[in-house]
Amino acid sequence: MSKTIIEKIWEKHVVHREEGKPDLLYIDLHLVHEVTSPQAFEGLRLNGRKVRRPDLTFATMDHNVPTRLNEAVTDPISEKQMTTLEKNCAEFGVPLAGMGHPDQGIVHVIGPELGLTQPGKTIVCGDSHTSTHGAFGALAFGIGTSEVEHVLSTQTLWQAKPKTMQVQVNGELGQGVTSKDLILAIIAKYGINVGTGHIFEYTGEAIRKLTMEQRMTVCNMSIEAGAKAGLISPDETTFAYLEGRPHVPTGDEFEQLKVEWRELATDPDASYDAVIEIDASEIEPVVTWGTNPGMGVGVNGLVPRPEDAKTDAERAEIEKALEYMGLEGGTKMTDIEVQYVFIGSCTNSRIEDLRAASEIVAGKKVNSGVNAIVVPGSHSVKKQAESEGLDKIFLDAGFEWRESGCSMCLAMNADQVPAGMRCASTSNRNFEGRQGNGSRTHLVSPAMAAAAAIAGRFVDVRTFKQEEALV
Amino acid sequence: MKPIKEVTSVLAPLDRSNVDTDQIIPKQFLKRIERTGFGKYLFYHWRYDDNGVERADFELNKPEYAGSEILIARENFGCGSSREHAPWALGDYGFRVIIAINFADIFYNNSFKNGLLPIQLSEAEVEDLLKKSKEKPLKITVSLETETIVTEDGDTYSFKIDPYRREVLLNGWDDIALTLLLEDKISAYEKR
Repeated sequence: MSKTIIEKIWEKHVVHREEGKPDLLYIDLHLVHEVTSPQAFEGLRLNGRKVRRPDLTFATMDHNVPTRLNEAVTDPISEKQMTTLEKNCAEFGVPLAGMGHPDQGIVHVIGPELGLTQPGKTIVCGDSHTSTHGAFGALAFGIGTSEVEHVLSTQTLWQAKPKTMQVQVNGELGQGVTSKDLILAIIAKYGINVGTGHIFEYTGEAIRKLTMEQRMTVCNMSIEAGAKAGLISPDETTFAYLEGRPHVPTGDEFEQLKVEWRELATDPDASYDAVIEIDASEIEPVVTWGTNPGMGVGVNGLVPRPEDAKTDAERAEIEKALEYMGLEGGTKMTDIEVQYVFIGSCTNSRIEDLRAASEIVAGKKVNSGVNAIVVPGSHSVKKQAESEGLDKIFLDAGFEWRESGCSMCLAMNADQVPAGMRCASTSNRNFEGRQGNGSRTHLVSPAMAAAAAIAGRFVDVRTFKQEEALV
Repeated sequence: MKPIKEVTSVLAPLDRSNVDTDQIIPKQFLKRIERTGFGKYLFYHWRYDDNGVERADFELNKPEYAGSEILIARENFGCGSSREHAPWALGDYGFRVIIAINFADIFYNNSFKNGLLPIQLSEAEVEDLLKKSKEKPLKITVSLETETIVTEDGDTYSFKIDPYRREVLLNGWDDIALTLLLEDKISAYEKR
């Protein structure tokens, strides 16, 4: 029988199946960070349990680490969370890339970078953006802390099989339109809970043409459409990215793995529980205007008017969002001014993202009314960017160049957008208060964020010229 | 885990869709390393103004809903971050049941692990209960055993919970202890 990649991976990982119960699934890789793990380790300790497979577990610190060099952790509770992770990893034998470690970085950036993320694996982490790893054809999803404890102790999880949904991307993305715009457009078109109870598989020529880092951006935001996970069948692009990475086998073993990985791809005549489609050629750079990731429009569009809503509930939601965002319906997106720009997060902080932003920035200056920061996704991305001179381009333009971490995406550390201020952000969530209490977030691609930093307002990166900048 | 069989309480209406976990428990309160003590930060920026003073117009601050153990909202409750601090905060505040049109997957899962019962009703039923509970404080009884909700006026609504999850919740079983009974199967899988 024909199967999707989702069914193939699922079936391979069933440890125990019993009528009337969810399946017990084996977990191949468990990524751990400082915010959602302390209570799980404490649970193990209280019950006298151990970590079953420290060799399949990998920890890092990202959510509340400072991103200024040698900056002390000013918040004693944050510091306690970090020292707690160090203590827990030492006690339970879990490998840790902590602060200052060459492998440190955002958990969803370093997993792929180190080659821990591989096709066909089941991957979990106490973080909803674990869907990122689906870009490799892995079944990867976020879990809560009780499940973190369950995986630490048993290396398994009880999981009811979700439904499958094909996200078919027809046509090609236009020049200057990125994979970030693609995923924002999908969520704007279908809503933030279209994926609830489902796992996405992204298909189509436009997806095949994406690089691995671009695919990661798409899969990363699957959760913002409500999907449990989102993945892409592996291909030669996937294998080329993985070859030579530290945790990827070499030589004959790698060749053998490639044979197995090719077989994972969805069979040509396999079917899904649901299908949604989008035409990539119609997408323009997207900017969000509201307080969830589905509230986005093309940069040349307008902020929606409440009176145009189709239902009372929708109208109320638009009104509430506009009030929080301090916007009026009918405003041109390109008339919205920004005071902050954040380039970073597990969505868009990889080397290709930084290259794309630096190309826009090169030789220009950050607008006088704008605070702009670049936070590379990992220590290794930072080093790579510096070897290419990107740090200098950003610094010369007036950006700050920071150490790696989650930073202003969720503002758990000192990197926050003040109340009432507006931020063009390459991150993934524009919820109320996400980047700081009262902060107003507009989600965009790295190139669009870079252009907004120079212009002081949103501009169409495809046609932007210096004369369009605010003076 | 504390078992849950039946809960009787005034229903607290939170007439909103897409209540995300960043609103349920804002990130500045995620730094504790315990599972307890999150209740006072529940819906923090909706409950309090910038000076820490209670906002009189926020639903849960109204005296008639004080001490409520059952919350009702619209669709996609618990979307966003995977933080289990969200059910911890709801539970610590005193809620034992959340009723909504539907829930985000991770939040739904996390709730069961913490003795918090998430109940899905149809849009019309949620609309009906929201309306009634806003007219006057409405006392309802939720029974997990019979999978019904009965209001003090005698109206009845039924709901469905996956039989296995229901059994675990009714008995307050420890998930990990149950799984460790299958240790030989896990070891056998690892040897494959």
